[in-house]
Amino acid sequence: MSTAATAMLRVCTAAGCRSRGGEQLRRHCATAATEAATEAATEAMAAGAPPLRVKGVGCLGPCSDGPLLAVDAEDTTRLFGFAADQASGRARAERVAAGLQQRLRATGSAPAGAELGTWRPPGAHLIPADDPFLALQRRLVLERCGLIDPGELDDALAAGAYRQLRAVLEQDDPAAVIAAVQRSGLRGRGGAAYPTGLKWQAVAAMAGQRKLVVCNGDEGDPGAFMDRTVLEGDPHGVLEGMAIAALAVGADHGFVYVRAEYPLAIARVRRAIAQAQRRGWLGTAIGGSRHGFDVEVRVGAGAYVCGEETALIHSIEGRRGTPRPRPPYPAERGAFGLPTLINNVETFANIPVLLRLGCEVYGRGTKVFSLTGPVRRGGVLEVPLGTSLRTIVETMGGGSASGRPIKAVQTGGPSGGCVPASALDVPVDDASLRALGTLLGSGGLVVLDAGTDMVDLAAFFMAFSREESCGKCIPCRCGTVQLELLLRKLLARRGTAADLAELERLCAVVSSASLCGLGQSAPRPLLSTLRHFRPEYTALLNAEAGQPQAVQP
Amino acid sequence: MNVCSLRIDDRALTVAAGTSLLLAARRAGIVIPSLCHLDGLTPVGACRLCLVEVDTAGPLAACVTAAAEGMRVRTDTPLLRDIRRSLVEMLFSEGNHTCAVCIADGDCELQTMALRVGMDHNRLPGRFPSRTVDLSHPLFGLDHNRCILCTRCVRVCDEVEGAHVWDVGWRGERCRIIAGLDQPWGAVDSCSHCGKCVEVCPTGALFHKGSCGGDHPSHPERLAALLRGRRRQEGPP
Repeated sequence: MSTAATAMLRVCTAAGCRSRGGEQLRRHCATAATEAATEAATEAMAAGAPPLRVKGVGCLGPCSDGPLLAVDAEDTTRLFGFAADQASGRARAERVAAGLQQRLRATGSAPAGAELGTWRPPGAHLIPADDPFLALQRRLVLERCGLIDPGELDDALAAGAYRQLRAVLEQDDPAAVIAAVQRSGLRGRGGAAYPTGLKWQAVAAMAGQRKLVVCNGDEGDPGAFMDRTVLEGDPHGVLEGMAIAALAVGADHGFVYVRAEYPLAIARVRRAIAQAQRRGWLGTAIGGSRHGFDVEVRVGAGAYVCGEETALIHSIEGRRGTPRPRPPYPAERGAFGLPTLINNVETFANIPVLLRLGCEVYGRGTKVFSLTGPVRRGGVLEVPLGTSLRTIVETMGGGSASGRPIKAVQTGGPSGGCVPASALDVPVDDASLRALGTLLGSGGLVVLDAGTDMVDLAAFFMAFSREESCGKCIPCRCGTVQLELLLRKLLARRGTAADLAELERLCAVVSSASLCGLGQSAPRPLLSTLRHFRPEYTALLNAEAGQPQAVQP
Repeated sequence: MNVCSLRIDDRALTVAAGTSLLLAARRAGIVIPSLCHLDGLTPVGACRLCLVEVDTAGPLAACVTAAAEGMRVRTDTPLLRDIRRSLVEMLFSEGNHTCAVCIADGDCELQTMALRVGMDHNRLPGRFPSRTVDLSHPLFGLDHNRCILCTRCVRVCDEVEGAHVWDVGWRGERCRIIAGLDQPWGAVDSCSHCGKCVEVCPTGALFHKGSCGGDHPSHPERLAALLRGRRRQEGPP
């Protein structure tokens, strides 16, 4: 960021760093900066030099090193982490603030913080800009995330927010927007990878005075927090994408559906909507045009299945969050019976970027991943589609941190499967991962080291699906129970070869007979571990179990 | 009228466009198994027993899949047979279905279905859940042990009677039919004592108090007759 004259501290206050005291750090640093500025002003009898700007921002990337702090001074940006710092959030914040104040005092009335170019926050370590975790990223969706204060519309506007919406409004050619999205080849980023342009076209083609646009932010896969990051770091990017979509398909109302477990994301989206409405970027006559687009937030009630689009529609309507058979697809009959366009958070966030860059520069686009598990550096990263999993896990993530070799990478959550270490060279795109029996999914990457029991992992995900089944259809409601019981039986070493065969048979029944995607894909973690790690299952078999006990004479 | 021609189990037939495969098959004399479906109620595609194989596509629920021109439908394949038997086994495993002491013995759609899908024994272990019986209503009773969550009662009360006494509470294996806001049935004022839910219940879960085995008056077919009568009386809209 070109903040040539002034300097700035950007402190990550998104959920991950906040849990490690990011917000405290920001507050203390801000106070220290203000005090230093006041002192300088008093000494110099000058009219208050502007204090060093301390900004709370969205995710800066390597969450495992958090709380993260970026120092912008003299045209350089240095990112600091506190991974090795054992101090409590408050002690750390006080220490860093004291160091900052000392540094600012030492240079007296010099322009605020210009001398911070060499300052190192006490207790912090530098994450060099050429670290693969940062250098190999291509940040399109996350372009403004970590740079702007997500609570300040002016900050977002200065960084280019709503510029594409203005261009689209000026052009006023919905068909051209849909054509551009179609040409880009953008596919839904929520997991199903359906061509976005095709979906938009279907909704645009529907007759009807009223249509809806829904943003699916019910991210629920264990280990996935990409959508949370986007909503917390740059809510205006998502809203801009939704507004462009609304113009393209002819909708006048929108919903952002966010799960209740994301209170910060909900607060920031609400604030962003209110600010955008005040400035006329949402509401009636957006951007001074003849189009109107209102957005409201709907908060989920803790059901994973509400990420499924028909269940999500029911939830928005205030009904029980259970899926219904498709067709009719939401494009035809969605929320409140109206044609509804449903896209994922990241999909909407892609729209302004792709319109700005054009299809050539945009290329295949990017995917945001959340990297967790025993890697040296974990967090949120955005890479071009087609980057190999090995690059993400071993180069960017730095490989195993536990000393044990990496065994597999779990992708796609409870609907996905495992990529064994031997297949890590697979490029991350939907088709390649499906060929391996897993899914790209929404972008959660859970790294598993050699200490992981794969049968136990399968049981964990089956228990998850069992807990989250809505109970509407029999195969999912009862099948997930039976599958988990069989897995527990194997883990207790009471299972036989017949149980293993039964496990596979039931997987086929559940996946082919279930009503919605949750049930249909619930067996996938099990089938994927069976495919790649079958010896772990057979090693658990007990030849004696189930045999009739010899009767003592 | 818009019509379409299709083949169901190698029988060629022509039906009105939009007809569900379940009804189309019935026209051709093929009865596809189902438990949640009932003529006159909105289909929900929940029990999955009516799954059929359409062309090369994976199994689709016949009750919610519309017939289309040129479709080739198979209603009885090894895959479907295994799915159907497994589903019925799952239901028996999930609840406490003890036919010998059930009021619906001999007049139970679940029991009939078990015979039809060839379930001579259950391959799945019984769960033997601890469930309750609601006898708070003056005329009727609800035995959760026998409930298969087909939601016919929920739909008939909402769509036909207009009282919406019933709904589903909780989720997954803890799903349970609830009256009112999970109150005792007898305490729900909106119940009009019409007994439609009892009539459409496929098992002995909903029953008339005072009846005993052998005289279980379950008459799902009466719903269709009632709706026909209503339509006649109301005349064309």
